[in-house]
Amino acid sequence: MSEKKFSKKHEWVSLDGDIATVGITKHATEMLGDIVFVEVPDAGKAVEKEGQAAVVESTKAASDVYSPISGEITEGNKAIADDPGSVNTDPEGASWFFKLKIKDKGEYDSLMSKDEYDKFCKENPS
Amino acid sequence: MEVQKTALYNYHKNLGAKFVPFAGYEMPIQYKDGIVKEHISTRTHAGFFDVSHMGQFFLEGDETLIESLEKIIPADLKNLKINHSKYSFLLNNEGGIIDDLIITRTEKGFCIILNAACKENDIKQISQFLKKHHKHLLNNDLSLIALQGPKSVEILEKLIPGVANLKFMTGNNFEYESENLYVTRSGYTGEDGFEISISNTKVEKLIDFLISNEVKPIGLGARDTLRLEAGLCLYGHDLNEKINPVEANLKWAIAKKRKEVGGFNGWEKIKNLLANGSEKIRVGIKPDGKVIARENTKIFSTDSNEIGFVTSGTFGPSVNAPVAMGYVKSEFSEVGTPIQLEVRGKKYGGKISELPFYKKSYVK
Repeated sequence: MSEKKFSKKHEWVSLDGDIATVGITKHATEMLGDIVFVEVPDAGKAVEKEGQAAVVESTKAASDVYSPISGEITEGNKAIADDPGSVNTDPEGASWFFKLKIKDKGEYDSLMSKDEYDKFCKENPS
Repeated sequence: MEVQKTALYNYHKNLGAKFVPFAGYEMPIQYKDGIVKEHISTRTHAGFFDVSHMGQFFLEGDETLIESLEKIIPADLKNLKINHSKYSFLLNNEGGIIDDLIITRTEKGFCIILNAACKENDIKQISQFLKKHHKHLLNNDLSLIALQGPKSVEILEKLIPGVANLKFMTGNNFEYESENLYVTRSGYTGEDGFEISISNTKVEKLIDFLISNEVKPIGLGARDTLRLEAGLCLYGHDLNEKINPVEANLKWAIAKKRKEVGGFNGWEKIKNLLANGSEKIRVGIKPDGKVIARENTKIFSTDSNEIGFVTSGTFGPSVNAPVAMGYVKSEFSEVGTPIQLEVRGKKYGGKISELPFYKKSYVK
């Protein structure tokens, strides 16, 4: 599995061959607060880079989760839909949101590295 | 208008509060623990809420003050005993709710607790009915602290002996730090607890004591999940000037005598609604799954006719499920009626539910 890359909308992506795994960052969960509802996409759905792909709701509000990369969904993580609170505990591990078959690895390469993302969060405090 | 701050603003800041603008005030939405933990610690131990943004409106006068107030408030103020409180409203000519409130009889008159966003207008509306010799004061030198949760009584009794004797919806004067303060047994969470009216200069000392007794600070976020589980209305969302007490399913809050005799704003209309029922009515709503039906979610019948809308909706941490309130056509208001909720363009099943979603008994 490749190193994690990060988007400005606080998603992370890792790549295994042409299958990408996408989730939301720890920083995102800290901003959202207690997560109480998650909706993940079904397999077969086509998503565009920066297009809406999933929904996450905290006690405060609902937010869209965007795909940082284009492709076709191969799997949504049903475990987080059943236990939304698990996204708060392991957002960058077991609580990934969806996997997709990507079309263009260049989209992955253009995302931020961990260091770049940490710097981005510091410079753009919410 | 400049954003206002309560006397505890810096104190909240030091406790790690995240602030939001609310009704013209910078108020804590949550602290470090977050909404769910704050909610649970209120239900299992005790939490304190700074509600000093609410209006503490004092009125003094003779018997004519009661006549004046009864023109706009449908409570039986004449028979309200000293130190007893009632939940009631200010009503407009159409019977619409200008604000919901708690009114307490004091030695010299009344104290009314008003919603922060409404208080300026409320005072204008009340003043129309007052006589020249009636005195009134919106006291901004006082803070208001709600202490809520099962341990509230044990903790507050240590500091202010005698509060344990108060029954729900009654209050009294107590001495603290050689000052008078007024404590009522009341709240907005469905838990036992108190509301403490205390001078801005002494309030920090009171909070120091509460924190030393492991009482957690609770923000507006958990205040909302707590009150919604308890089935209590939030003005500006579940209630407004176009909604009357019958539609709001709050006819119990109109005094029996006043229902019969009237003499308050909008009585003709309310009398008619009491006799014939209203077209729409406030109900509790439980989505079947985990989906949260937030404010303005459209409600449909099972055969896809639009029958109403959600006015408050969230995840209820103690119910461990989403909960909501809203208005539906009265023929769909029976508990258990299946409905559909349109969230992000998709329809989800749900049911009309009993209120409250979460129930505990008050000390009577």
